[in-house]
Amino acid sequence: MNMEKDVVIIGGGVVGSCIARELSRYELDVLLLEKEEDVCSGTSKANSAIAHAGFDAVPGTLKAKFNVEGNRMMAALSKELDFEFKMNGSVVLCFDENDRPALQALYDRGIANGVEGLEIVSGDKIRELEPNVSDEVVAALVAPTGGIVCPFGMTIAMAENAADNGVEFRFNTQVQKIEKIDGGYKLVTNQGEITTKYVVNAAGVYSDELHNMVSEKKLHITPRKGDYLLMDREVGNYVSHTIFQLPGKYGKGILVTPTVHGNLLAGPTAVDVEDKECTATTAQELADVSMKANKSVKNVPFRQTITSFSGLRAHEDGDDFIIGECEDAEGFFDAAGIESPGLTSAPAIGVFLAKKVAEKAGASEKKDFNGKRVGIPRVAQLSFEERAELIKKNPAYGTIICRCEGISEGEILDAIHRTLGAKSMDGVKRRTRAGMGRCQAGFCTPRTVEILARELGIPVTEVCKNRPGSELIVGD
Amino acid sequence: MNTIDVVVIGGGPAGLAAALSAKRNGAENILILERDNILGGILNQCIHNGFGLHTFKEELTGPEYAGRFIKEVLDEKIPYKLNTMVIDINKNKEVTFINKEDGLMTIKAKAIILAMGCRERPRGALNIPGYRPAGIYTAGTAQRLMNIEGHMVGKKVVILGSGDIGLIMARRMTLEGAKVEVVAELMPYSGGLKRNIVQCLNDYDIPLKLSHTVIDIKGKEHVEGITIAEVDANRKPIPGTEEFYEADTLLLSCGLLPENELTKGIGVAMNRVTSGPDVDDKLQTGLEGVFACGNVLHVHDLVDYVSEEAALAGQNAARYVCGQENKSGKKVTMIADGGVRYTVPQSLDIVNMNDKVVVRFRVADVFKDRSICVYYDDKKISSVKKKVLAPGEMEQVILKKESFAEYPDIRSIRICTEE
Repeated sequence: MNMEKDVVIIGGGVVGSCIARELSRYELDVLLLEKEEDVCSGTSKANSAIAHAGFDAVPGTLKAKFNVEGNRMMAALSKELDFEFKMNGSVVLCFDENDRPALQALYDRGIANGVEGLEIVSGDKIRELEPNVSDEVVAALVAPTGGIVCPFGMTIAMAENAADNGVEFRFNTQVQKIEKIDGGYKLVTNQGEITTKYVVNAAGVYSDELHNMVSEKKLHITPRKGDYLLMDREVGNYVSHTIFQLPGKYGKGILVTPTVHGNLLAGPTAVDVEDKECTATTAQELADVSMKANKSVKNVPFRQTITSFSGLRAHEDGDDFIIGECEDAEGFFDAAGIESPGLTSAPAIGVFLAKKVAEKAGASEKKDFNGKRVGIPRVAQLSFEERAELIKKNPAYGTIICRCEGISEGEILDAIHRTLGAKSMDGVKRRTRAGMGRCQAGFCTPRTVEILARELGIPVTEVCKNRPGSELIVGD
Repeated sequence: MNTIDVVVIGGGPAGLAAALSAKRNGAENILILERDNILGGILNQCIHNGFGLHTFKEELTGPEYAGRFIKEVLDEKIPYKLNTMVIDINKNKEVTFINKEDGLMTIKAKAIILAMGCRERPRGALNIPGYRPAGIYTAGTAQRLMNIEGHMVGKKVVILGSGDIGLIMARRMTLEGAKVEVVAELMPYSGGLKRNIVQCLNDYDIPLKLSHTVIDIKGKEHVEGITIAEVDANRKPIPGTEEFYEADTLLLSCGLLPENELTKGIGVAMNRVTSGPDVDDKLQTGLEGVFACGNVLHVHDLVDYVSEEAALAGQNAARYVCGQENKSGKKVTMIADGGVRYTVPQSLDIVNMNDKVVVRFRVADVFKDRSICVYYDDKKISSVKKKVLAPGEMEQVILKKESFAEYPDIRSIRICTEE
C-alpha cells in the first residue's frame, strides 16, 4: 500500500520538536501532528525550565543516560538554534546532619552518571555563594553543569528548524485512533485520516493512550501536577544558582531558581491528578510552594509574584522514560513517560530516536540540511547602538507594544510571520515575551489583539488566547 | 547630544499639567514623551463624567478634561512625541527613548518630570488559583478594549475588587448590555470613592460583597464560572460560604501600582508604602532636578488633584532650570502615624517652601469620628474632626510657611489620626 508519509510524529512539545528536527536531517517525508494551535502548548510550556546536571536519575536508567547527554548538548544547541540558555549551576541543600549520607548518595549517583564537576560543600560555603540560602543548611551538593533554559525558545527553535528543513506541521489535529495496516499505520484524526510507514509517539501525558492503541504491553501515565509561582525581574537575582532540596518523601522538593529571562521561579508541587487537562492551580498547592521554598531560601520575595501556573508531568508507572520501537508494534516508536529531566533530555532523545527511525527506514542523510536558525531579535537586550541600528533598518522595532518587557511591534510581526508563526496571544507571548512581564499583558493585550487580527486577516472576535474556544472579544 | 530644559515623561493628565506649568513659569525648551499614540493618558478611556469639579467647577468626561489640557499644550506650542518609549534615564539626567521616527535617541535634560502613571495589579499578583483561561481582564484593560477599541469583552461578569475603575466598569458593562453579577471586595470596606459605589453599583442594583474573594475560576479555554467566598479577619476564605456564579468574564480592580521602573533605574530613594519616589515639598526626588507627580508618585482618586500636584512639579522644574531655587534650606521629615499610611511629600523645607504646602495622605482603615492632627515635633498644631475617613478617599492638610516661624528648630512634622 502506498503511504502518504514516511513518518508521523504525534506531539509538538519539546520532545516531538527535537525528534522532528533530528529527523529532518534525513531523506524522509515527515509530518508532525499537534492537537493544539501551536507547538509548546502542554508540559513543555509549564515546567521548571531547568537543564538538569544529571545527578538525580538512577544510574543505568534512560533518564540518567539522556539527561547527561542532553545537558552536554545544550550550550552548543542554544547557539546553533538561538535560544536562551545559561549554565548557572545547581545546588542541592541538605538541612540535617542525618541526611548527609543521602547527599553523598546523590553525589555518587552523579559521578556514576558521568556528571562533571560535582562537589559537596559546607553550609557556610554555600551561604557564601548564595547569601539568601537558609541558615539551617548544613551541607550542599554543587553541580556547575546545571543550567536554566527557555523552554518555549528551545521548543519553538527546534520546531522552526525542523520546518525549515522540510518537516510538515499540522495544528489543531488530534489523533483519535491508530490502526495497524499493511506496511504501516493509519491515523484517524479530527481532521481526516493519514497513512504513514512509521509513527513516533511524543504525546506527553497522552502517550500511554496512543501507545495502548497499538500495543498489548500497556503503559499507564499519571499526570503529576506541579504549581509554580513566578516573581518579578526586580528580584530575579535573589539567588543565582538553581536551588534544590535533598529529595525526600515529597519527591524532588521545591526549587527556587532564576530564569533565563531574569525572573525568580519557585515550584513545583507534585500532586497526581486524573484529568490530563487539569492545569488549574490550587490555593493549597500555591501555599505549599511558598512554605517549602522558604525552607531553602530566606524570605523568598513572594510579594513580587506576577503569575502562578501549573504543569503536568507525564509520570509512567515504571518510573523511567520509554524510548524506542515498541516491541509488539513494528514501526511504532515511543518517546513516552517523559517527565523531569525531560526538557534536558529532549535533544538527546531526538538524536537517538531519529537515528532509530532512519535506520529502520533505510533513509540517508540529506545533503542540504541546515541546522542553523536565527531567532527573533531580542531588542530589549541589545546595546543602544545595536538597537539604534536595528530601528533604522526596520522602524517597527522602535514601537514598543509590551512596556514591561520592552517588546516591539517588529518582534511581534516577526513572531507572526516567520516559519510556524504565532496564531494566538500565547503564541506571540512564547515567541517574544510580550505579555510576560509584571503587568501580565494588561497594557499590551488590546494592541496585540489588534496586530494579530490585522496580520492574520481575521476579525478581532476570532483572536484567541490559545486553542479555539479561548476567544478574547465577544463582540463589537 | 540635544539638551532640553524640561523633559516630561508621560503625556497623561500629570505630564500635561506639569508641562504647561513649566512653560508658564519660565521654562522655554520643554519636551513631552508619550508612549501611547495620543496625549491624555488614561483619561481617554474614562468616558464617564465626574472630572474637573475642582479644577473647572464643572463636570466633564475624561476625554473632555484631557482635551482642555491638550488644547493648552498645543496653544503653548509645547513639543511632544507620541508612540515614544523612554527606555532609560541615568543620573546625569540623560533620557534615552525610542520610536519609529527618531529610532533610538538620547537627550540631555536639565530637569526631568516623572509622570508615567501606574499599572493595575494583575491576577497573578493576587494569588487567585484555578485555570488561566481567556476572559480575565484587569478593569482598565477591559475599559480600554470597550471604550477605545469598541470591543465587548463579556456578557456575564464578576468583578473582584472595588477600586474606582472596577466600579466604573460595573456600570459601563451594564449599560452595554452585560449582566454584572456581583462585585466582591476582599477588604471589609471598598477601595473606591463613595460616590462611585452609589452611582455605579447601587443605582444599578449590583451587589457589593465586602470581605469576599474569588477562590476558583472555572473554564479551561474561556471563563465559565467564578466561585467567591467570604473571608475571615485574616482574609482567609471561610469554608461553607462559597457561592458559584456562571460568568464569562472576571474583571479585576485590585489596586494600582506606580510604574517606577525608570525611577528605580536612577537609584533615588523609594517609598515602600506609596511605591513612588520620596519627594520634598517641591516634589523633587532624591536626584536634584528630577521631579515626580501624578500616579507615578502616589495613586490618586481624583484627576483634579493630579493636575494641581503636577502644576507644582512643573513650576519647580521651571524654577530649577532658571536657577531660581534656593538650596540652603532646612529640611524637616514628615512622619505618617496613627492610622495615616503615608504622606506626600515626605519632607518639607521650611525655609524655602511656598507659602502653602498641601500634604496628601491616605488612612489605613475606615475610621469614624476621628481627628486629623498635625504635630510639630511634640506640639499639636492643629486638629480637624472628620465624620468618616476611608482608605479609598485621599485626605489632605495644608501647612503654611508662617506657621513655622515659631519653630525654627523643628525636626519633624507628624500627621496622625486621633479618636
